[in-house]
Amino acid sequence: MTAGWSLFVIVIVAINIVGCIWLMWATARRRPGQDSETTGHTWDGDLAEYNNPLPRWWLWLFGLSILFALVYLALYPGLGSWQGLLGWSQQKQWQQQVDAAEQAAAPLFARFAALDTAGLRRDEAAMRVARNLFANHCAMCHGSDARGAVGFPNLTNSDWQWGSSEQDIHATIAQGRTGVMPAWGEALGAQGVEEVVAYVQSLSGMPAPAATAAAGAARYQSFCIACHGPDGTGQQLLGAPNLTDEVWVYGGTAEAIRQTVVQGRNNQMPAHLELLGEQRVRLLTAHVLNLASAPPAADGSD
Amino acid sequence: MERSDTYNDRVVRQFAVMTVVWGVVGMLVGVIIAAQLLWPVLNFDIPWLTYSRLRPLHTNAVVFAFGGSALFATSYYVVQRTCHVRLFSDRLAAFTFWGWQAVIVAAAITLPLGYSTTKEYAELEWPIDILIAVVWIAYAVVFFGTLARRRVGHIYVANWFYAAYIITIAVLHIGNSAALPAGPLKSYSAYAGTVDAMVQWWYGHNAVGFFLTAGFLGMMYYFVPRQAGQPVYSYRLSIVHFWSLIAIYMWAGPHHLHYTTLPDWVQTLGMVFSLILLAPSWGGMINGIMTLSGAWHKLRTDPILKFLIVSLSFYGMSTFEGPMMSIKTVNALSHFTDWTIGHVHSGALGWVAMISIGTMYALIPRVYGRTAMYSTRLIDLHFWVMTIGIVLYVAAMWISGVTQGLMWRATNADGTLTYTFVESLAATYPYYAVRLLGGLLVLGGMFIMAWNVGRTIAGAGAERAVPVMAPAPA
Repeated sequence: MTAGWSLFVIVIVAINIVGCIWLMWATARRRPGQDSETTGHTWDGDLAEYNNPLPRWWLWLFGLSILFALVYLALYPGLGSWQGLLGWSQQKQWQQQVDAAEQAAAPLFARFAALDTAGLRRDEAAMRVARNLFANHCAMCHGSDARGAVGFPNLTNSDWQWGSSEQDIHATIAQGRTGVMPAWGEALGAQGVEEVVAYVQSLSGMPAPAATAAAGAARYQSFCIACHGPDGTGQQLLGAPNLTDEVWVYGGTAEAIRQTVVQGRNNQMPAHLELLGEQRVRLLTAHVLNLASAPPAADGSD
Repeated sequence: MERSDTYNDRVVRQFAVMTVVWGVVGMLVGVIIAAQLLWPVLNFDIPWLTYSRLRPLHTNAVVFAFGGSALFATSYYVVQRTCHVRLFSDRLAAFTFWGWQAVIVAAAITLPLGYSTTKEYAELEWPIDILIAVVWIAYAVVFFGTLARRRVGHIYVANWFYAAYIITIAVLHIGNSAALPAGPLKSYSAYAGTVDAMVQWWYGHNAVGFFLTAGFLGMMYYFVPRQAGQPVYSYRLSIVHFWSLIAIYMWAGPHHLHYTTLPDWVQTLGMVFSLILLAPSWGGMINGIMTLSGAWHKLRTDPILKFLIVSLSFYGMSTFEGPMMSIKTVNALSHFTDWTIGHVHSGALGWVAMISIGTMYALIPRVYGRTAMYSTRLIDLHFWVMTIGIVLYVAAMWISGVTQGLMWRATNADGTLTYTFVESLAATYPYYAVRLLGGLLVLGGMFIMAWNVGRTIAGAGAERAVPVMAPAPA
């Protein structure tokens, strides 16, 4: 803020506060002959006004609130570029609270850092923290029970869009994922879309008109094969789902598949490393692994 | 030729009737969305009936249609009576009536269709904003024209408040609605980012301060002494609280933006001036309640006075609560919770609606040439039903809001949040049922009022024009 603007702010604040004090002073003075009489003016026949003195307690209230304001404005930023005697700012307050929370939790996370992922998966305290993290950061999309929703994968089954290894899941949480299915509606045409939909349904054994599905197979080989593979089992490197199982991220009805083919899909798993830090990402990785399978048995070394 | 020997009560009658109509409509929409929060299925998957579109319809209907019509009706009534002169222009006054109703109908159509600027309490799109501005300027011309032609020396205190409210709302509305049109019903705000937020809440909080406070204090300053049959308690108190109120309210907006990208110094000024605002606000309450001293016995027989006095009590309560909530540490708990909803409704139902309803019960028989409402017992019934409804509503939102605030901030030893959002939702769910019950009672009261007003008007004889009072000595 420039000195001019700062001065402007200070001046108008001062005018308002001094104005209030002057108003109090001017109206609180007792003038002879004014108390408990009307002012002498009447409106609408009989409307009149007494001129009772201001209640004492009310004057005190007004005065004390102004005094509080003056003290507060000396201590905290408010008067233009004046930073206040306490040097307070909302960023500092926030940073202090974050630091305090980090410090309080530090011993806990120091112990977890010494464990490998298998160890974390077996550690009850670590998994309790991980469940809390999941509820805070993951549940809004993947659900409190981790079973997902339309567009958000179920994490409790054995189907993985981007790979099921510890490294894959860690990368998914830390770096995020962006899955794109292009829109094929115009390229395929209305008839082509119906054929591809029928073929995709037939891949997982759903009933589909045989002739249409057969026609769709040819189209599949030129349009879909690059990502979903020749046999429709998908490609985890690209996040292209397996079309031959019963798991459907966007729904397996003819209507849902048609929408996917015609309009394409765009999906994003946000990156969490910067937000949560490495230790918490490791905890979540261990938790997600536990969602799908029991933790490995301890090999006896720990 | 316009007559000048009688008051123009036609426009007062029109606005008074619409006050009741829009009160029923606005509160009905409020009850519907309260029910939707309890049973989301009630939007029937119809976009027009979704909560997001009906909520602004509810706020616009109760604030600007119900409250606005009450302010138009009473300001036109009061300014004529206390200036001893007919309204400045019958035609302009009629234009403000039809123009304002057109604004409300336009809002009732465009908001459910999804047209919105997304600015709270200023959602209407630019063509409607222009109509509002034109109607408002016509309103100012009628009001100040009448004031200028007054045949009394001094301007009565009620008119100070009406005058401040009319001028300020014009400035606020035009300032905040400045936008670049990008289509017949689409525009972009003239402001960007944090500045846009600050302008919006400068508008938003002063809409509370000038539309919902100063305007209704004008109403209070005429109808409380009228109904109590007593002079106003203190002229000098009215001076000090009027000037401090209108000066200090202007600063309070930033308390809606604590702990945001708004610079610290603006937040601080918003907070300290909100605290200073407590005493000026209470000045109005003291002047209203103390006007009754010496006439307390009338509360036993006059339910209209009960409305007026309880409204002042709610005014005092919510103008205490407001400054407390503007303190940064309190706000850190209360912001984004149902506490805010409770606070707003203790002001909007307890203060604004109650004083409007009490005033309408006093005003309607007068402008229809009757000595009293059709049924005094029904006024009393309305009073109790509404009071219980408000208490249930506000208490439910207080409990729910503090519960939310505490659950959202609770953390575990590992630094994670103790509760997920959905858990706080489940915890507040029962209070939403209590809120709905409170809302139903308030709405039920409005139906009682509509019937009582209908019977009163039906029983009125030929509307008689009231002769203008003789000039008062200066």
